[in-house]
Amino acid sequence: MFSTAAEAVQNEKYKQPLIELLYQLADDDFILAYRGSEWLGLAPHIEEDVAFSSINQDTMGHASMFYQLLEDLNEGPVDCLAHARPANERLNAVLLEMVNGPGTYLIEPKYDWAFTVVRHYFYTVAKKVKIESLKNSSYEPLKHIALKINMELYYHLLHWKTWFKQLCLSNDDAKKRMIQAINTVIAEFDGVLSLGALANEMQEHQIIEGEDLLRQRWMNEMKNVFSEIEIPFPLKIEMKSGNGRLKEHTEDLTEALKTLSEVYRTDPAASW
Amino acid sequence: MVEKSKYDINVNRLYDQLQKVKDPEIDSVSILELGMVENVQYAKNHVLIELLPTFMGCPALDIIKNNIKQQLLTLDFINAVDVKFIYNPPWTSDRITEIGRQKLKEFGIAPPPIHFEETGEWRVNCPYCDSSYTTLDNIFGPTACRSILYCGSCKNPFEAMKPISTLM
Repeated sequence: MFSTAAEAVQNEKYKQPLIELLYQLADDDFILAYRGSEWLGLAPHIEEDVAFSSINQDTMGHASMFYQLLEDLNEGPVDCLAHARPANERLNAVLLEMVNGPGTYLIEPKYDWAFTVVRHYFYTVAKKVKIESLKNSSYEPLKHIALKINMELYYHLLHWKTWFKQLCLSNDDAKKRMIQAINTVIAEFDGVLSLGALANEMQEHQIIEGEDLLRQRWMNEMKNVFSEIEIPFPLKIEMKSGNGRLKEHTEDLTEALKTLSEVYRTDPAASW
Repeated sequence: MVEKSKYDINVNRLYDQLQKVKDPEIDSVSILELGMVENVQYAKNHVLIELLPTFMGCPALDIIKNNIKQQLLTLDFINAVDVKFIYNPPWTSDRITEIGRQKLKEFGIAPPPIHFEETGEWRVNCPYCDSSYTTLDNIFGPTACRSILYCGSCKNPFEAMKPISTLM
């Protein structure tokens, strides 16, 4: 058990997997909160605009907390970790960096709501599984933050589950689009479930439980929901476009970082 | 009657100042009434305030931090203020005091329900007419901590503080 950052930094064998996991958690939340925020003003209806913005704000808050834990472990200032790291230093899953659909926020955004619902729902279930495990983490600062995040996540999960089930149980057009989105998301979802090269060390030091166990919990939850919507659960979970945990990324991430860090880069020393 | 020590008097004055720090988005309720202040440590001319953030992405947190500094530095016996956000224990909505709940209601925001069902369902009464004939329009609202509801009795839309509990 490590109760402070000062203790953890002194143990190199503990620090490495801890830092690796924190980057994964921070980068995942950060990029997905950004993708979510691109929907502002474009969501299907005004209630959703309010809800989705609130969820994105929470999620960005979670990313910020994880970056703060990294700052405490001497990884550099939060703003710099969030904005200044290039794509080839990021550990987020590739699925989460993928654009919302054709077009851009400013020019003809033809975003895909089915893809968004599926990506957010599947991700939120996976995040919930990880956060539940982190409530017992050997790194106390992470354990405390997990308990806090868990309470906010409760509402996110409720939200996305409602959307997911209702659209899957809606008319044929909706169902067709949802199945298509499920296939797209599943083709990359292994990247979200992966804990990367140091997964064993994370487990060994009880920072988080084993990757296989977490994957199984996610699958169990998914299978329950899929039995309710009467759609067969896809058999093969893959990561076709690369493994973000190994810093493999797509052009979508490079473009996103260029846009989201534009203001930061005008004056990196400014205080916001 | 034992006379109050200078230390106690000063601590009281610190709390009086903290009472003046309001939620920037609900200006009738103080951070004390919201249950955000976990610890006040005062020694020599220095004070450390440990705060529990309500929601982690809340943009009001930095404003609150600065407002605390401003308020406490007006005291003649203080020349350094540190404000630190801590996460243990986590802030939960049952930390809001009875007076805090009353003031939220006066502002037009229903206080968070005290009872939270395991199914996740919760009900609050309308802050205007106290009717229980209310429906939840949107769990999410204009700020991270609020939901949007509608009162079927007086036909007013209103907001409620979301229940936040470790049971979730």
